[in-house]
Amino acid sequence: MSSLSGLPDSAADLRTFLHGLPGVDKVGVEARAAALGTRSIKTTAKAQAIDLAIRMVDLTTLEGADTPGKVRALSAKALRPDPADPSCPAVAAVCVYPAMAPVAASVLAGSGVRLASVATAFPSGQAPLDVKLADTRDAVAGGADEIDMVISRGAFLAGDYARVFDEIVAVKQACGPAHLKVILETGELGTYDNVRRASWLAMLAGADFIKTSTGKVPVAATLPVTLVMLEAVRDFRATRGRQIGVKPAGGIRTTKEAIKYLVLINETVGDDWLSPDWFRFGASSLLNDLLMQRTKLTTGHYAGPDYFTLD
Amino acid sequence: MFEYAPAPESRSIVDIASSYGLFIDGSFDEGKSSFKTVNPASEEVLAEVALAGPEDVDRAVAAARRAFRAWSALPGAERAKYLFRIARIIQERSRELAVLESLDNGKPIKESRDVDLPLVAAHFFYYAGWADKLGYAGFGADPRPLGVAGQVIPWNFPLLMLAWKIAPALATGNTVVLKPAETTPLSALFFADVCRQADLPPGVVNILTGAGDTGRYLVEHPDVNKVAFTGSTEVGRQIARSVAGTGKRLTLELGGKAANIVFDDAPIDQAVEGIVNGIFFNQGHVCCAGSRLLVQESIAEPLLASLKRRMATLRVGDPLDKNTDIGAINSAAQLARITELSEIGTAEGAERWSPPCELPDRGFWFAPTIFTGVTQAHRIAREEIFGPVLSVLTFRTPDEAIEKANNTPYGLSAGIWSEKGSLILAVADRLRAGVVWANTFNKFDPTSPFGGYKESGYGREGGRHGLEAYVA
Amino acid sequence: MPKSSKAAAVAERSRLAVRKTYKLYIGGAFPRSESGRTFLVDGDNVALASRKDARDAVVAARKAQGRWAGATAYNRGQILYRIAEMTEARRAEFESLGVPAAEVDAAIDRWVWYAGWSDKIAQVVGGANPVAGPFFNLSMPEPTGVVGVVAPASFLGLVSVVAPAIVTGNTVVVLAGGPQAAVTLAEVLATSDVPGGVVNILTGRPAEVAPWLASHDDVNGLDLTGVGDVELATELERAAAGTLKRVLRPSAVTDFTADPGLGPMTAFLETKTVWHPKGF
Repeated sequence: MSSLSGLPDSAADLRTFLHGLPGVDKVGVEARAAALGTRSIKTTAKAQAIDLAIRMVDLTTLEGADTPGKVRALSAKALRPDPADPSCPAVAAVCVYPAMAPVAASVLAGSGVRLASVATAFPSGQAPLDVKLADTRDAVAGGADEIDMVISRGAFLAGDYARVFDEIVAVKQACGPAHLKVILETGELGTYDNVRRASWLAMLAGADFIKTSTGKVPVAATLPVTLVMLEAVRDFRATRGRQIGVKPAGGIRTTKEAIKYLVLINETVGDDWLSPDWFRFGASSLLNDLLMQRTKLTTGHYAGPDYFTLD
Repeated sequence: MFEYAPAPESRSIVDIASSYGLFIDGSFDEGKSSFKTVNPASEEVLAEVALAGPEDVDRAVAAARRAFRAWSALPGAERAKYLFRIARIIQERSRELAVLESLDNGKPIKESRDVDLPLVAAHFFYYAGWADKLGYAGFGADPRPLGVAGQVIPWNFPLLMLAWKIAPALATGNTVVLKPAETTPLSALFFADVCRQADLPPGVVNILTGAGDTGRYLVEHPDVNKVAFTGSTEVGRQIARSVAGTGKRLTLELGGKAANIVFDDAPIDQAVEGIVNGIFFNQGHVCCAGSRLLVQESIAEPLLASLKRRMATLRVGDPLDKNTDIGAINSAAQLARITELSEIGTAEGAERWSPPCELPDRGFWFAPTIFTGVTQAHRIAREEIFGPVLSVLTFRTPDEAIEKANNTPYGLSAGIWSEKGSLILAVADRLRAGVVWANTFNKFDPTSPFGGYKESGYGREGGRHGLEAYVA
Repeated sequence: MPKSSKAAAVAERSRLAVRKTYKLYIGGAFPRSESGRTFLVDGDNVALASRKDARDAVVAARKAQGRWAGATAYNRGQILYRIAEMTEARRAEFESLGVPAAEVDAAIDRWVWYAGWSDKIAQVVGGANPVAGPFFNLSMPEPTGVVGVVAPASFLGLVSVVAPAIVTGNTVVVLAGGPQAAVTLAEVLATSDVPGGVVNILTGRPAEVAPWLASHDDVNGLDLTGVGDVELATELERAAAGTLKRVLRPSAVTDFTADPGLGPMTAFLETKTVWHPKGF
């Protein structure tokens, strides 16, 4: 007697399942995302949206040149994005490399702002599994509440879905109490169909969040890709009963863009995902644009960058 | 809860006069009587327009006839440049004309701004480009115009239907007398102003506002060489009868009851968008609307669940609010018809569903509605409702879908949703419909011929094919 | 090129005029020749293009080609119509360079003619083919790519070779016959929303640079309309054969005011035919 509610139980089954998901029409999905982008969000709605977007930011620095000094400054900004305005909310999290986790943890301790760390040989993921797991454990030990891992795109594109699946399961285990975000690197997957498949693969394997990008390749988060991922988490919860979060990362630089993402959530999955627990923006320069737009709403005139801290 | 807050488009960009006359021979003349046009979203009177009588039709046709001599003798390159000017002016005045259209018709500003007006301008640009190269169109080395065209257009896409009629007529060297619909006269009157701005020679375009009788006088006028009509099949039949034996050329673009066919391998989320767009775009006031959803039985249940979930995000309200998805029904008469047919749907045993919807007090409104459990034997599966009402039927195999889709006197359009190319092309081959949309719906382009089979009319508008109706 | 009236005009007024420098037009910008050379035209120093300029122009043309071909036909038509608008706006300058008014009229109308072809050529030279089998079969024209053009000396001639090549989505490297009008046309293009690299105009000695275009492996087509010398034309055609470039070589002297027909466009169009089975 076969079980209809269990996971696919072999590599071949997994491939059949993923390839059997409904297709995504590129022209249709891009048109839908563009149409939602024409929603006009004004006045009170805009003010609420800006505050929500700020609270959803994972303030990020992932550079080879990161130092404790840089990370301390970023973490201070995360706690107090606008020192001139105490009513401005804090961001959701700070996102750094594992080596910098302890530095960030010391600044953020007890604040409610979470600490996310990338891991698993970010950004390429081209390393043996034991190296990736050690990377993960190291980050958790360093104080990370959340781990942002990368999938093996090479394995995915070669059709070795079982390997991608097993790696996610192993990393999830290594996370212990930490939440796991799985980065699909949608800019390398080539098609929307693959984005849907990768989303389902990550969710079946135990992801708490699915994330678009590392921000290190030319094509990062886009509205249509995020739309496909929102549809996936919606369908996953409907069929499997578990809610999973979504994080677009990279390339979101303006308030206008960020608000389009909120509209996407609102009209695809609804209120349940309109919170930092279930949606994050992986961004750095977006924060200052949000602050400038926030200020404009209260002062009535356009803001300038001199009035906001760099970090 | 993410409420969007009102986002009204300003009305101040358009200056509507309190009254308008008839545009004959390059200027506005007062008519003997008049009638009012209202904003269907508020029932507020927008303006008083003239009611053209038989003498006015005579004068207009005579003016068109006089102007025909010089207009048809102009080199094509010169006619082209007039049409390019008109296209440019429409582009420059797009926002103004879009606001006007939404006020007079009731359609959301989002649609008049993003769909209607761009297509209007594009249509004039496209046909402008044929005027100086007609010898290449496949109708002989030197296709000649017919003379004076009498054109009667409907209220659902007022300015766009005007563009579909006037652009090819002028490009080929004809002159026109056009009658806009009774409930939507204003954009045609503003178009007259565009013609003046473009320095179009007087008499080449004449605009006669009026009602059903005005259209009849025009169509039956002995000095009209060509009749073009878009509207109901009922009136189309009358026109065809009255034109019989007169030698007048005739094209008709009439009603439809299009099948939107969703197969079990369709890209589901996009199919849902296509269904919604197919029947709720322009409040369902679309001749080619996908008003029958034919869904493969094996996926009917999940598809309907997705459809209902999607319909719950549709925003019905003030057409001038930029976030409105569904505007007002065009008139009290049309609202009555939609209401009546919906009641018939329930009476015949179909199950009716609408998402919760707050409708404004004043104006003409109808919530987006679906009927499930519909079969071909239901009136709501056969008769054109011309409103935001979808009838849902099921099928088992592609053959059955095709049979059901074709089982109608209409034949204007159809939709096919599937990820399989060979299925799409085979089904498209067998559908008796003039426009087949695969994995999309309600897509229009000036280069793409549009028109129906069977009682949806004859002749094509758009593309190279659209020239045929206007040349000898 | 007939003597301009500029010198006479300057002598009459006391104010000193700011003279235009006549440079190349490559990638949307106006650089001098990398060789630093110029030649005298009517008292003006005009850039004298070298083979390296041609090489750079081909790079710019190639870079722009994908995006230009990928634009909608409507968009390309709009841009060509805008070129007509801008040419009309500048007609006095062309006339002051000695182009007769009737020729300026014809050139503007020629832009308008070609603007209207952008979204129609596919309907005239493409179409469905009724093959003997259950297949959907469609033939569509596609631009060949980068076209090297040796332009005729007249302004109307120049327009008559550039417009048909670019309206369908090709990008061009033009060796200009009449330098001042060519540079003024480049200025028109620069203000007409034409993306950089779609048209590149090199002034100088076409006979010197043309062989480098004709033999260039990354040039797909060659328009020899402006080559008067029969021997040179033959040599260029031979060089082009190296990569089997599509070569347009009109046989007689062309009347540019007459209907050009489809030839100038189809010379640089490929036809792609796609099959797809039909059945379930």
